[in-house]
Amino acid sequence: MPSFLKEFFNRNGTLMGSLMLGLVLFWTVGLIILPQLSMLDFSFRPNLPPPEIGGPKDIYTLENYKYLIFGPEGGSQDYNAVDLRVFFRTLVAAVCVTIFNLILCYPIAYYLGQNKGNHIRVFALMLIIPYWINEILRAFALRIIFGESGVINTLLVGSGIFDTPFDFIRNDIALYAGLGYAYILLMIFPIYNVIESLDHNQIEAARDLGAPWWRIHKRVVIPYAKPGISSGCTMVFMLSAGALAAPQILGGPSSLWFTQLIYQQFNDNSDWPQGAAYAIVLLVTCILLVLALMRVFKVNMGDIGK
Amino acid sequence: MSAGVGVDLENLWIRFGDFVAVRDANVHIKGGDFFSFLGPSGCGKTTILRAVSGFLEPSEGNVLIGGNNMQGIGPNKRPTALIFQNLALFPLMKVWENITFSMEIAGASARDRRKRADELLDMIALPGQGDKLPSELSGGQRQRVAIARALCAEPDVLLLDEPLSALDLKLRQHMRTELREIQKRVGITFIYITHDQGEALTMSDDIAVMRAGVIDQIADGKTIYNDPATAFAASFVGENNVFRGKVLEVRGDQALIRTNRSGDLLSRISTANKGKMNVGDDAMMFIRPEALSLAPTGTQGDHFVTAKVNHEEFEGNTFNIFMEGDGGKELKVAIPNHGQSFEDHSGQDMTLEYEVNNAVAVPAGELAAE
Repeated sequence: MPSFLKEFFNRNGTLMGSLMLGLVLFWTVGLIILPQLSMLDFSFRPNLPPPEIGGPKDIYTLENYKYLIFGPEGGSQDYNAVDLRVFFRTLVAAVCVTIFNLILCYPIAYYLGQNKGNHIRVFALMLIIPYWINEILRAFALRIIFGESGVINTLLVGSGIFDTPFDFIRNDIALYAGLGYAYILLMIFPIYNVIESLDHNQIEAARDLGAPWWRIHKRVVIPYAKPGISSGCTMVFMLSAGALAAPQILGGPSSLWFTQLIYQQFNDNSDWPQGAAYAIVLLVTCILLVLALMRVFKVNMGDIGK
Repeated sequence: MSAGVGVDLENLWIRFGDFVAVRDANVHIKGGDFFSFLGPSGCGKTTILRAVSGFLEPSEGNVLIGGNNMQGIGPNKRPTALIFQNLALFPLMKVWENITFSMEIAGASARDRRKRADELLDMIALPGQGDKLPSELSGGQRQRVAIARALCAEPDVLLLDEPLSALDLKLRQHMRTELREIQKRVGITFIYITHDQGEALTMSDDIAVMRAGVIDQIADGKTIYNDPATAFAASFVGENNVFRGKVLEVRGDQALIRTNRSGDLLSRISTANKGKMNVGDDAMMFIRPEALSLAPTGTQGDHFVTAKVNHEEFEGNTFNIFMEGDGGKELKVAIPNHGQSFEDHSGQDMTLEYEVNNAVAVPAGELAAE
């Protein structure tokens, strides 16, 4: 038995230790790894009617992955331009949502983290309470706000800034706002947690040594908050790229999110292997992207958990 | 470096809501001085420091540095550098980056910064330690890095907010000497905040004794110790025995005081209160434990005190006798140890003698908390 396990059992006792270990294993293996492995398995099989499953035609194939890149066999185009465009657009949009969220949330998290008092608690509560409302309801609420006769358009037209209502839905502004709003807490709280532990004297020391505010942030606060920033960004990026409800409700008619394609494969086309292949591609790409960015910004895996 | 830039506080008031943290402070700090604000916690000394460094705008009055009014000038634009109580080194920067942070802000090249860092590391006796992180240094070393970081900014005035309080006793005493030496070497004005009278007395040219937002006395250490202006200054700085009473008679620079417990005692009137103490006024008289000596029991007179011995202790360099004193406080006598024999007098009456010049009388006032 490795020493860390021995220590774990010594500290928690055999019964409690086995129970905790069992639950963690059930969680990771039973609920995360096995289903994903079965998805992986699906993704390499052809879509067969139930009687033929396990039959001679049920062999491993790269067909589903080929389809994402080259489209249907004998199709008119060299590449599956439609799906690939959706794929990359989803990734780019998720990155944009993440950056937008970071810019929005960092000042809020900084303010919350470096100020004390009752108004901070009230502020935090006001951030949390909207999340008591179902995600889908929130998305519909945003759709109403951004709609042609919604609050924003009424204000814009009423005040004479626009002559005609602006189509926030078709221009994806509602979608980005919805995605940004959906994950705002996941960005604020990791950053807030780290910044709260930053000694205020560090900021004053930097100021005293002549640093203007932006250099204090660049040199003192942001390096300190990096673990929080990376864990916030990772969560927001992963969840935005994998979001379904917000794109479904707030997306324009012509702009699909890659998850919607996956959803279509599973549900509308009943093509589980194809859907699984798409899902795996999205998952692996997202993970690689996150790992690459972590490398670029010199973030350790251990920092993410902070 | 500059020959020393003075700091002046003019009618400085600082209020937080209804609370007055600093009340009408007027201080002139000479350029190149080591000046201490000494007082118990909560007396407003840190508030004054924050007003000088620019983190706090005074409610009224002015802060002048080198004769220039600092009103509206932020801490990053003032010629001051502050050393924080917890040092506030940047934990993610290496020692040399910490030290040269001000140069980095000013846009100096990495090579210049490295060079300056090495010079300063030599000065603080930490050569070759520039590539370590602050967490890899000991408390005393971190202390010196904080000083180097502040000095690197080439301030006209260095502000120190109880920087030694986190160190253990030995190191604290060592750093006192070191700080004083550094100050003499760089020749800039040091403003030092402390509640430790030992630190203030050993390092400072001048000391301001503060109590509840008010500056009681500004003078050099010897004057404050020997010639306190108020009851608070007398009781806060060093150990002191208090005798309460009323002025019975004023004889030039001396006053005869009718004390509550010890009869009529003669005392010098402190310089700051000459001519201000009148017959019938409530007064306090202070005698240091080392200024009292044993006299034949029962001797009467205006410089003899008789009281019952509560207990005694041997401290090494002194025998300390604790006797029943005034207002519930014990009267402490410190007899220097010359190797003489010493018997236990507990429970007996003993008579003490003092030289009138070593007793000082001030108007009755608030005493420092024990």
